[in-house]
Amino acid sequence: MKTIKTCVTALISALLVFSPVAYADKWSDQFPHIKTTGDIPGECSYESMSKKDYSGKTLKINTHAVPVMGEPTALHAEQFAKLTGAKVDVTHTPAGDLYAKAMVPFQAGQAPYDIVFGFSNFINDWRRYLEPVPKKYVEMKQMQDVTPSHIGVASWDGVMYQFPVDGDRHYLKYRKDVIDNPEYQKQYKLATGKELRVPQTWKEYGEMAAYFNNWDWDGDGEKEYGSAEVMKKDDLMYAAFYSRSAAYSKNPKTPGGFFFDLETMTPLINNPGFVEALTDWVAATKYVPPGGINFGLGDEIGSFGGGQTLFSFSWDDAFVAAMQPDSPINNKVGAAQLPGAMKVWNRKSNSWDEGFNQAPFFVWGWAVGVAKKSKEKEMAFDYLCFFANEANHQADIGIGRFGVNPFRNDDFKAEVWTQIGWDKDIAESYVDTLAKMEESKNRVFPLRVPGTFEFNAALATAAAKALAGQLSPQDALDEAAKQWNDILNRVGKDNVRKAYSVGVAMEDNKL
Amino acid sequence: MNFKHKFVFLFPGLFVLIGILIFPIIFTIRLSLSGWNSYTPEMNFIGITNYIRLFTDDPRFWESFFRLSFLSVTTVILQYVIGFALALMVWREIKFKRFFRVIFLIPMMTTPVIMTVIWRTFFHESLGPVNDLLGNIGVKPILWLSDPVIAKFTVIIVEVWQWTPFMFLLLLAGLLSLPKEPFLAAAIDGASPFRKFVYVTFPLMAPISIGAIIIRLIEASKIMDTVFVLTSGGPGTATETSSFYIYIKGLREFQMGYAATLSFTYLVIMIISLTIIAKVLTKLMIKE
Repeated sequence: MKTIKTCVTALISALLVFSPVAYADKWSDQFPHIKTTGDIPGECSYESMSKKDYSGKTLKINTHAVPVMGEPTALHAEQFAKLTGAKVDVTHTPAGDLYAKAMVPFQAGQAPYDIVFGFSNFINDWRRYLEPVPKKYVEMKQMQDVTPSHIGVASWDGVMYQFPVDGDRHYLKYRKDVIDNPEYQKQYKLATGKELRVPQTWKEYGEMAAYFNNWDWDGDGEKEYGSAEVMKKDDLMYAAFYSRSAAYSKNPKTPGGFFFDLETMTPLINNPGFVEALTDWVAATKYVPPGGINFGLGDEIGSFGGGQTLFSFSWDDAFVAAMQPDSPINNKVGAAQLPGAMKVWNRKSNSWDEGFNQAPFFVWGWAVGVAKKSKEKEMAFDYLCFFANEANHQADIGIGRFGVNPFRNDDFKAEVWTQIGWDKDIAESYVDTLAKMEESKNRVFPLRVPGTFEFNAALATAAAKALAGQLSPQDALDEAAKQWNDILNRVGKDNVRKAYSVGVAMEDNKL
Repeated sequence: MNFKHKFVFLFPGLFVLIGILIFPIIFTIRLSLSGWNSYTPEMNFIGITNYIRLFTDDPRFWESFFRLSFLSVTTVILQYVIGFALALMVWREIKFKRFFRVIFLIPMMTTPVIMTVIWRTFFHESLGPVNDLLGNIGVKPILWLSDPVIAKFTVIIVEVWQWTPFMFLLLLAGLLSLPKEPFLAAAIDGASPFRKFVYVTFPLMAPISIGAIIIRLIEASKIMDTVFVLTSGGPGTATETSSFYIYIKGLREFQMGYAATLSFTYLVIMIISLTIIAKVLTKLMIKE
């Protein structure tokens, strides 16, 4: 009896110690991608998909280039093909061309792709060509775990058009080994009279970045720099600018629009709040690595993830890349909400409101939909549901280059991250940052109106001119505001207002 | 064979010409009179609204056009000078002549986009090898891609590297086809190499030179891939060219009608300016 008890105890202990191995099942044997969790039961699990038969059918997908989103699309396509017998053709397209590659056939009434990947802020332009996500998927267990913010991002007027596969927001990433270093804290205090801490405001961010710029502060024999940011025109830089502007311009006392005044549809992007943010950003060109003014998202991920800078802020990818086991700064980074500001512009009183203000930016992210004209809608939704099933999702979010980021409540648990090797305090700071952003009542959502591309491109061009020294921040934003007015006149103020009111309702916590 | 039969034989060629040349131009003109964009997906008729916008409210297009003029004229002049020098070098009896001819042609045979990615890596200010090498000899990092002035010259370097071989090829073919008699006469007269070049080689090469310069100007005026990959038109708008701007308006912002307006206007300007340039070059380089 004693022997049996000992054996049972040993077996249980072994199962506990080797818990990841205990998850191993027949599916993780065939598909090593999910080796950590094994298959997780659900409507779109490996087990469920294996019961579908799409033999003789072809699914056509247009997605982003490898690796960001392109790699997981191709990987899950291969898995889906093996499980269901379907043939899946995946086309990879550069980010800048995703919109047009879908839009041209959409407008011509064709459907060369059953599934189109793009960005969530395409929703207003694309929704008339996309099939709403069927009720059975919306009501699935895996969808119930998606956070309300990301349900909102994927939906328009209560109808879900984009299948949630990714969750995005901008937040601050910093070098924990520097900011928490007592020696550097002392040195910084002596030099500046200020505390070295996780920057609470953009001004603090700038001061610290300038101090830790252009010298070897991590002792690797190479110079390090203050900050890596997406500053390259036409490479998502407008999103970085909105992140820097939110704290100065999103005033909780003045609901009714961040980009426009919803009542008058006057562009707000040249108000003193945005100008202050752009002035800060121009100053930032002095503490980015050489050539940092031309950094696109890939450069920013590589620069911060490679240990070249103290700070960075943008999507999750740079943080997750930095936490990869092979990263030189693995477990040396921290996450925090975007810095705030000690004043925020009040457009009603036409003056600054003094006091701390912070506004998370729920920037657009990867989104995917099924073409209304597709002849394989059921298979297409099954593929997307499989792509985002629990097992695939948990595996995907741990791989920085995949570009798949948290958007489910379960993702905001530290254990999800500690089990892939993150230190506990880092995992906790990460999930705490994301969770606090979800809870915030002063959020900014991306612009999702007809002509979004024109608005963002006009702003990006103006901001890029300021960064390059071609125009002053005020002149640049005045130029952008003028162009926004021209675009409004072309598109029609009422059209834009109607669409913008949906985003404003989200920002004003009415949805 | 009567007239009708002749017409039947001409018809396929005419049909192809209409299909590949006339129709796209007419379609572009029609598109330029429409407001087709992401929110108005139709060929509605808006008259000359787009043209009014272009001529009264789009300084960025004109800036990009003048920038393009600077870039294309500079690159073509450099390509011509270097290409001519290289062609003269391998035209003579030198050792490893065939080897050099092949070596000089290699840049042209590479894929422009791939090579530009490699150049971008070379010129990367903090991670690229060029600044590293310069650093070894005490030169401060140069902002190859992020200084508005230097970035233009970086684009010129890449373009010259890529397309000088094309100029070299045309000019070498020209040199090889020149008659020998004028050179023999000059040699008998005791002309120095410099005088032979100025009074014999250069004038004889003038028609070929004009052809080569015009061909390269046409190509250079479409510069897009180098700018797209190397700088994305930045920093700011410092390296934005007309074709890149048209691409942004058409395929990034999806203003198809307006992009067609820009394209057609650009086509007209190019036809006029290249005709003038050809006439001027002919006048300058070909002596009666």
